[in-house]
Amino acid sequence: MQEIRDFHAFPDAQGRFGQFGGSYVAETLMAPLAELTEAYLRLRDDPAFIAELDRDLTNYVGRPSPVYFAERLTRHVGGARILLKREDLNHTGAHKINNTVGQALVARHMGKTRIIAETGAGQHGVASATVAARLGLQCVVYMGAVDIERQKINVYRMKLLGAEVVPVTSGSKTLKDALNEAMRDWVTNVADTFYIIGTVAGPHPYPLMVRDFNAIVGREARAQLLDQYGRLPDVLTACVGGGSNAMGLFHAFLNDRGVRIVGAEAAGEGIATGHHAASLAAGRPGVLHGNRTYVLCDDDGQITETHSISAGLDYPGVGPEHAFLKDAGRAEYVGVTDDEALAAFHLLCRTEGILPALESSHAVAQAIKLAREYPKDGIVLCNLSGRGDKDVHTIAAREGVTV
Amino acid sequence: MNRIDRRFAALKSAGRTGLIPFVTAGDPAPEHAVALMHALVESGADLIELGVPFSDPMADGPVIQHASERAIAKGVGLADVLGWVAEFRRRDVDTPVVLMGYLNPIEIHGYVRFGEEAVQAGVDGVLLVDCPLEESAVLAPLRDAGLRQILLAAPTTAPERLANLCKAAEGFLYYVSFAGITGAARLSTTDIAARVADIRSHANAPVAVGFGVRDAGSAKAIAGFADAVVIGSALVERLEGVASATEVADRVLGFLAPIRSALDAG
Ligand SMILES: Cc1ncc(COP(=O)(O)O)c(C=O)c1O
Repeated sequence: MQEIRDFHAFPDAQGRFGQFGGSYVAETLMAPLAELTEAYLRLRDDPAFIAELDRDLTNYVGRPSPVYFAERLTRHVGGARILLKREDLNHTGAHKINNTVGQALVARHMGKTRIIAETGAGQHGVASATVAARLGLQCVVYMGAVDIERQKINVYRMKLLGAEVVPVTSGSKTLKDALNEAMRDWVTNVADTFYIIGTVAGPHPYPLMVRDFNAIVGREARAQLLDQYGRLPDVLTACVGGGSNAMGLFHAFLNDRGVRIVGAEAAGEGIATGHHAASLAAGRPGVLHGNRTYVLCDDDGQITETHSISAGLDYPGVGPEHAFLKDAGRAEYVGVTDDEALAAFHLLCRTEGILPALESSHAVAQAIKLAREYPKDGIVLCNLSGRGDKDVHTIAAREGVTV
Repeated sequence: MNRIDRRFAALKSAGRTGLIPFVTAGDPAPEHAVALMHALVESGADLIELGVPFSDPMADGPVIQHASERAIAKGVGLADVLGWVAEFRRRDVDTPVVLMGYLNPIEIHGYVRFGEEAVQAGVDGVLLVDCPLEESAVLAPLRDAGLRQILLAAPTTAPERLANLCKAAEGFLYYVSFAGITGAARLSTTDIAARVADIRSHANAPVAVGFGVRDAGSAKAIAGFADAVVIGSALVERLEGVASATEVADRVLGFLAPIRSALDAG
């Protein structure tokens, strides 16, 4: 692959990150995607839109989120300093709201009256229902029947916020199938409906737009580190499901070649067992959900079922920009198992009084591994993408506790 | 000349509307897949659209989704589908066969390898739902091997793209009658008649209309302004769960014969 000078120059006008990305969708969606791209690229540079978004991020989401030095965790691990970017402190409890606030504003500017979304862990569904309620838009959330079972609290939260939650019973009944069903809805209702995709996947312009709306995470963190520590971190880490919180953290640092970047994918019961969701670490290039990226599939090209303890990471594809960063050698992607994530979950609870989402616990586990590789004055910056209240039932069940 | 072009030329000179049934390969039963193809032809099909099962059929409604799931559960993959086409060709060298599906199975199989094997098997074209014209560069090896890429146009297609599609169309252009997924019942022939007529006057290829055609009545209505009609979900639904080869043939005949006569009734 050719040497890349400027990682911020991607995607190109067709939505391609090198060989990845693009718009692999049914003909019916080509026009709405072109309309969305046109609207988004216009708004993206519009000072009034930027000011509107900034106001919402400050007053509604609660930005900026702090960078927190996890001192007791660091001491416990005995390596480099572990800093946490506290996206768990955002309104609704995860980074997902950065994106939904942005897309909802785009929807309103485009005159759309109905919002649809897919969700895995329910965090993106909650974040979509939240912004829809605030803007007075109708909201329908597609969620796999399996995920509805393991994320009951979030399902109820969405209903309280006025959203309709539609169970998806096709395929593996998880996030990928919810995405298929949301696409089918969109194809059928293109005139009045805006589809808020929850991660940096899907056809162009979604990987670009969702990344842009989450890139505030890395921009803030970069400035916070320079301000508070007078330097950049040695290494960044974040969990990667579809990859939005990770892209959000990584993007501002892509051209800082001295900063190492490590994405933590869900290795489930271990990559060797086949029960995992590590598309980059164990998959191959293919086409899924409107873009070319790394996917988990069999030799017939059928997308395989994934496994992770965290619903939000249980996805057989990944955003195309991550595929590009992997092949360009700019970022590494490694697997973190269910057990490692759970151990990190408990450790963070007890050393710092922070209850992380199971998704984010994968990043914490990876941060702990990385901290051991660096000297004590090193800095590992970890994206704490969300809080774990939604996962309490899953954890209790797994540990044989009745709540 | 490709079989597709030859077939449409023959239809045109006979003044007939083409009948294009869609079935999911391997459903209702992999062991009757080839018999099903012959039954389609014997019941009046002019061209066969054979669906390659895919785990994530984003553009399909429940009927075809479930047919795909059933076929995949029985282990049906691209190699089986190519094998069935090759077997079909031993008795039928004239009826064009178009494989319809999604890109990933072909991407994973390898474009060059797929192109060679498909032509070898007797496939004439591909219709890849998630590969619009803008992304079609990857299909160059298929075209080089001699396969036609069947393009789709939709009610939402903007004028400028439509002009490009009409220019690039080969084999036939598939007009999707409404914005939606397969199997929905939203057909409004009055809305689409003028649009299809316009496309026909500009396209370099014949125009087939699909989505929402369910029976003789709706097929007949479309036939007034299209070169061919495509019928999928209603047929797939009719075949669900059928276990014997004779019953497959009976159901196909029972379903297609009235449609064929309606189309031919002038
Ligand atoms: C807290 C949290 N982190 C991470 C993710 C994974 O998504 P992504 O990889 O797009 O950040 C989710 C998804 O639901 C989530 O809720």
